[in-house]
Amino acid sequence: MARVLLTDIEKAYGDVRVVRRLNLDVADGEFLVLVGASGCGKSTTLRMVAGLEAISAGDLFIGERRVNDVAPRDRDIAMVFQSYALYPHMTVYQNLAFGLTLRGVPAAEIEKRVQEAAKMLGLVEYLQRKPAALSGGQRQRVAMGRAVVRQPSVFLFDEPLSNLDAKLRVQMRLEIARLHKRLGTTILYVTHDQVEAMTLADRIAVMHEGVLQQCAPPQEIYNRPANTYVATFIGSPAMNLLPVVAQPLPDGGARLVGSGLNVTLNSADVARYLPEGPPAGGLPEQLTVGVRPQDWRVVSDSDPQVDALMAVDVTEPLGAETFVFGELELPAGPPGQDLYAGRDGSTRHRRESACILRCEPAVPVSDGQRVALHIDRERLLLFAADGTRLAGPGHP
Amino acid sequence: MSAQAPTSLAPTGLKAWLPHLLMVPVTILTLYPVLYVIKLALSGTAGVTSSAWPWPEQFSLDAFRTVIGHSDAQGGWLFGRQLFNSLVVSAATTVLGISLACAAAYGFARFEFPGRRVGLLAFLATQMFPGILTLIPLYVLIQKLGLLDSMLGLTLVYSTTTIPFCTWTLKGYFDTLPKEIEESALIDGATRLQIFLRIILPLSAPAIAVTALFSFMAAWNEFVLAYTFLSREAAYTLPVMIRNYVGEKDVQWSLFAASSLIASLPVMALFYALQKHLVGGLTAGGVKG
Ligand SMILES: Nc1ncnc2c1ncn2[C@@H]1O[C@H](COP(=O)(O)OP(=O)(O)OP(=O)(O)O)[C@@H](O)[C@H]1O
Ligand SMILES: [Mg+2]
Repeated sequence: MARVLLTDIEKAYGDVRVVRRLNLDVADGEFLVLVGASGCGKSTTLRMVAGLEAISAGDLFIGERRVNDVAPRDRDIAMVFQSYALYPHMTVYQNLAFGLTLRGVPAAEIEKRVQEAAKMLGLVEYLQRKPAALSGGQRQRVAMGRAVVRQPSVFLFDEPLSNLDAKLRVQMRLEIARLHKRLGTTILYVTHDQVEAMTLADRIAVMHEGVLQQCAPPQEIYNRPANTYVATFIGSPAMNLLPVVAQPLPDGGARLVGSGLNVTLNSADVARYLPEGPPAGGLPEQLTVGVRPQDWRVVSDSDPQVDALMAVDVTEPLGAETFVFGELELPAGPPGQDLYAGRDGSTRHRRESACILRCEPAVPVSDGQRVALHIDRERLLLFAADGTRLAGPGHP
Repeated sequence: MSAQAPTSLAPTGLKAWLPHLLMVPVTILTLYPVLYVIKLALSGTAGVTSSAWPWPEQFSLDAFRTVIGHSDAQGGWLFGRQLFNSLVVSAATTVLGISLACAAAYGFARFEFPGRRVGLLAFLATQMFPGILTLIPLYVLIQKLGLLDSMLGLTLVYSTTTIPFCTWTLKGYFDTLPKEIEESALIDGATRLQIFLRIILPLSAPAIAVTALFSFMAAWNEFVLAYTFLSREAAYTLPVMIRNYVGEKDVQWSLFAASSLIASLPVMALFYALQKHLVGGLTAGGVKG
């Protein structure tokens, strides 16, 4: 078992920097999941840790040792590939035993460990088969078994479940969670399945175009995404991001207007987004409001708390919950005070921005209807123009 | 409602017969020369009739007996000696050529090094010239080395001519082997050499079988170089021996035919033995997809 420490790790192919100044500190025994869109450098990062890819700059430590120039076999790691990469000409037993044989582990010990791993992964009856005679799920297990028997101090997984069907994926996910609980080995796990990330991870590291965006426990990532990229990447359906303009109010509060929103924040609310104390003008002018689909509340039209009106296009009742797809609208205001008056002076309802809402099935919403919405102030996120989140509710 | 299910999906009537109508004559045409050689070989030492019918008019194994029993003035068994020469030279060529080609191909397939591209192209270039071109230089070389009339000389020459082709073929195959399998082994603790010996070679059995067969056959059938380098009858390989039955004055067709048949037996045996490996698909199941 070991801590894995990446400090200012860089990977460049020629002029292309595919991983940039990556800093990650994976604690001993931690399950860290690397997520990000395709091509963001997850595999490259993992392969650098494995020693399969040279590190262009920075230091990599496994345990107390700097391993930048240590061969893969001496890093005390085991890796599970997306393609499994089993040895096709060997039986399952030989596949599992190969690494141990190479390391000169005594035969009795090999036998014991292979049998143990086979039992743990349900492979006992397949030990004499070749990989070609196994199903995808079984091959996946062999790949895991091959890593497990080695008893390395770090496991590296590169999208190990992406070739499995949905049901098997759930099953193997549980198995991996169990494995981690049982062995307590440090795990670096790459995936772009966010359910895997959310359920398995102690911490999730979100990468985007080679740059680490945020590394935090799943709930933290979900509730307090560091920026708009993380906000939309994690969570399904994605968080609603609505650009607004902040207008300071005399009492220290602010009004957020735009994209069909008209949200009034009192001074206490505003203060939470500016924990360092308000700069001269209060909130920055250009902001983006972030609301998770379930953080809207449907209220009555006459409610003073109405923050937005939504024209419902489609509802998707899923039984336990209902997804509502529609657009936020600008209602006509009283003449002269119409906040939302279009440039042409029109005051008719105007569709502004797409919006997704998740609600209890009991809430009466139907296609074509118009609903009034309120955003729970405890759940309202604000992002600055550069995409980073302003501190916000619950933040120290 | 129960419809009568068709018992077979095979086409019936003319459609079924048309391919046969075409294939049977073509097969006969292809086999005719072979049959004719068999006829000649079985016709005994009596001489050749001019009949085009490929069926022997008489069955006699005399020709085979003469060829196999061929000895020199001192009573040394020449045929045995020549068969031995052919076997040793071909086997040695195969072993030497394939071991070098495997190592070279793996290097070309997996490592970046200066001269890699040039090396590959140079190998390719040697394949563009007819082998005859190198006859004179090779003769001079072999003579200088004092390896005329020797199996070693012939083996060296044969190996060098087969290595480029074998290297290219094997490199092509190695390129298709998934890199992850090797990376897996690397992490598992294998050295490059162990990976080569314990992963790459077993996985490449089909490709190695094909190239080995190619090398063996090339050496086994080679005539021009052997005819040039070998002058003592005891040093002959089988193709040179066969050629000797077609002298300037008398042409012994039945002996020529019999010796040809005998010479082709080992190659056929080899084909048969290796046919299982000639079919690929050994990597199935290693990686997904
Ligand atoms: N040998 C190479 N030369 C140049 N660029 C490369 C090389 N290998 C990878 N890249 C680039 O590095 C980037 C990161 O690749 P990487 O495989 O790490 O992505 P990933 O996050 O694992 O994506 P995916 O989810 O699709 O597996 C990609 O844009 C890719 O094009
Ligand atoms: Mg990847």
